Amino acid sequence: MLSLVSLNKRFGPIVALSDVTLDVAEGEILAVLGPSGSGKSTLLRTITGLEHLDSGSITWNGKNLAKVPPHERGFGLMFQDYALFPHKDVAGNVAFGLRMQGWEADRQDQRVKGVLEMVGLGQSGHRQIGNLSGGEAQRVALARTLAPAPALLMLDEPLGSLDRSLREHLLTELREIFQRLEATVLYVTHDQEEALTVADRVAVMESGRLIQAATPQALWERPAELFVAEFLGFSNRFAAEVSDGKVDLGWAVVPVDAADGPTVLVIRPDALRVDPAGTISGRVVDAAFRGDHYAARVRLADGTDLEVTYPTRPRPGTEARLSLDLEGVLTFES
Amino acid sequence: MDSRVDRDSPQVSSPGQNLKAWTWALTALPLVFLGYFFFYPLVSIVVTSLTREGNLDLTPFSDVLTSGSLLAVAWFTLWQAAASTVLTLVAALPVAYVLARYQFPGKRLLRALITIPFVLPTVVVGSAFLALFGSASPFGLNLTRTIWIILLAHLFYNFAVVVRTVGGLWSHIDPRMEEAARALGASRWQAFRDITLPLLRPALAAASSIVFLFTFTSFGVILILGELRFATLEVEIFRQTTAFLNFGVAAALAVLQLVGVTLILWAYSRYQERRSVSLSLKPEALVAKRPASGRARLMVAGVVVYVGLLLGTPLVLLIQRSLSVDGALGLDFYRALGESRRGSTAFISPLEAIGNSLWIAVVATIVALIVGISAATVIAMRQSRASRFFDVLLMLPLGTSAVTIGFGMLVALDWPVDLRSWTLLIPLGHALVAIPFVVRIAVPVLRSIRPELRQAAAVLGASPGRVWRELELPIAARAMAVSAGFAFAISLGEFGATSFIARPDTPTLPVAIFRFLGQPGAINFGQAMAMSTVLMAVTALVILAVDRFRVGELGEF
Repeated sequence: MLSLVSLNKRFGPIVALSDVTLDVAEGEILAVLGPSGSGKSTLLRTITGLEHLDSGSITWNGKNLAKVPPHERGFGLMFQDYALFPHKDVAGNVAFGLRMQGWEADRQDQRVKGVLEMVGLGQSGHRQIGNLSGGEAQRVALARTLAPAPALLMLDEPLGSLDRSLREHLLTELREIFQRLEATVLYVTHDQEEALTVADRVAVMESGRLIQAATPQALWERPAELFVAEFLGFSNRFAAEVSDGKVDLGWAVVPVDAADGPTVLVIRPDALRVDPAGTISGRVVDAAFRGDHYAARVRLADGTDLEVTYPTRPRPGTEARLSLDLEGVLTFES
Repeated sequence: MDSRVDRDSPQVSSPGQNLKAWTWALTALPLVFLGYFFFYPLVSIVVTSLTREGNLDLTPFSDVLTSGSLLAVAWFTLWQAAASTVLTLVAALPVAYVLARYQFPGKRLLRALITIPFVLPTVVVGSAFLALFGSASPFGLNLTRTIWIILLAHLFYNFAVVVRTVGGLWSHIDPRMEEAARALGASRWQAFRDITLPLLRPALAAASSIVFLFTFTSFGVILILGELRFATLEVEIFRQTTAFLNFGVAAALAVLQLVGVTLILWAYSRYQERRSVSLSLKPEALVAKRPASGRARLMVAGVVVYVGLLLGTPLVLLIQRSLSVDGALGLDFYRALGESRRGSTAFISPLEAIGNSLWIAVVATIVALIVGISAATVIAMRQSRASRFFDVLLMLPLGTSAVTIGFGMLVALDWPVDLRSWTLLIPLGHALVAIPFVVRIAVPVLRSIRPELRQAAAVLGASPGRVWRELELPIAARAMAVSAGFAFAISLGEFGATSFIARPDTPTLPVAIFRFLGQPGAINFGQAMAMSTVLMAVTALVILAVDRFRVGELGEF
């Protein structure tokens, strides 16, 4: 088990990690989600030992890592821009960690072959690093990280620079590989879809702070802060006033579990549905294609715009009838 | 749980300590070496210059600063160095381009031809240019008593610095960057000016600074070609020492020269640090292409002819002289290389001198590589004031004249034990001259190794020492091979310092050549030419070997 207790790290005036406490269970796949500059990479680098902490402790299976240098920790880190060694070929890169562990040449060759096949580059062992495409370089970097079978595998924006189709393909593969290896995985990304797809649990970070660590479903259903809801892409958001445990939006009255006073009300996308029997009515203004659905803007009589999911393209101007699932209405401190 | 919580403090963690130990070791080695063999002799000279019988005496400095002729010497030293640098850059850049971008038959030979002049003893270059543009010029072009014969000799001599340094980086710059610029609508010239030139800037600055410093401290060439009309600070130091026995003024001039050199190097080092960008270097094989278009073929052919004429003529003339016995062709001068004439012990056979030069060069190369690469690693490791200071410190032997180095060793190294007649002092002196080259060649390459690569290696289980062996060393191997070739060649051709520290019975080849040139008679001159030709041949072989290693290395790593 990886145990992080009260991690703090500053770079001059910038707070990279602020009192981060988190446990990661063995075999768990944890995604670390946050915008750039939120401290995700620093978190990985401190766990790896590449960055020293200002305070706090990191323990792995009960052993404090404070005095263990990076090369003795036995963790795997896949760098954001891959950091492949330009003077070695593909196989040379993948074999590096095995050589450091003193594997015999025969076993090294076998392992390198096996790992390269796993990432779909079985025939590319002798290729030069400079001649690889972005996707291939990513696979080589992954293979290099996986080869020594680290008990803790960390990936820093592994799919960051790849195009969408490749990303979706590799994401599924990664999930499979993780499950096959039974390794503990920390997966850093700024893409919420990626995080929710790949992880058992998602830790959301902002400005060095760990805001919430929860399963994808729990995160989706109950984001701990407005920031998380926004980062998940919940776009129907209203500043409102609570009185007598209710919020009157004008087009709906919603009972909320909050004290009287100003609040921010967010409607989860799945809580606002197209429903011919619905009580909320408006007109479709426009609709954007989102792959498997359409995100339509619906304007209500009082001028309020709502983003609504349609399975097929609604024609602008058509009347929309919506129903609201009160379970999906969230309130946050304003 | 709480009991396990303790601070992950950098002071007690071992990665920092290991790295520190390594840094210390790599810093200490060059410091100790340079401290004893360079700075201590230098300080001895300065002390000698500032004191007379143990008392402070500043008259030498006031003599220099009030003398119109000495200030004129300083001014000449500056402007001829600037002119030589500009001329060499302009003349050599097209050649660097063609060698970097095109693969053609005879390329290796052309590279070697370019490097030979650089490693020739200055005495030989001087004589060759006197033969070429002297009163008996075969082209009827008498340039003696003009600045041009000096500038052309400097151009001939330093051509390789620009081609090697700039071409070395150029041959690893991805041509697709320029192609991308062309695709975005840039003309051939705009693409060069906006993309390639800025990327080349570190190499251009390095080459210019080296050429400027070389010509700034030019000695042999000016001594022979400048006659009494032109003198650099170097020549003036030599004259003040040998002709007037005015050690005070000579030392004062040496100190002023050192101050100037330090300023130039400091400025350069700052520039280099600001400019340093991590390039993703491409293997040369991907960059150099066979000339496909007629225009490219014409350009390659043009460059081959140009280099052949510019650098080949003096060399051919040298060989021709070594083979012309009484106006006819003959091998007499070569047959006599094994003979020890004159029966004197001081006059050993040329063959023995060749043997001396070879083992001395081997030792000098090994020492220069060990010390130079250690220093380069430290300099490249961090960009701090200390590293910049170290950088300048290590460049000082380059800016200090070879004469000063040799003279200083002779003055100082009788303490704590008398090393002045120690045979190994010669290769150590040569290493001192070669170390700045090793450093200059290695630092840009080492700096281009991104920190992420080191970290990736560390995470994969490589200790700091292992990281150095696995990353820095192999990536720098190419630079090291080139540096080793340079160091070897420098040692073979070194003259200024050697003439002070070589014992009469162990002369190196250049010292022997100088001795033979000093003797009257066509036989001595012919033998000097024959020895120069041998030196040239050995040098060419070394450079060819370095080139072979460079190509073989790309598949290896």
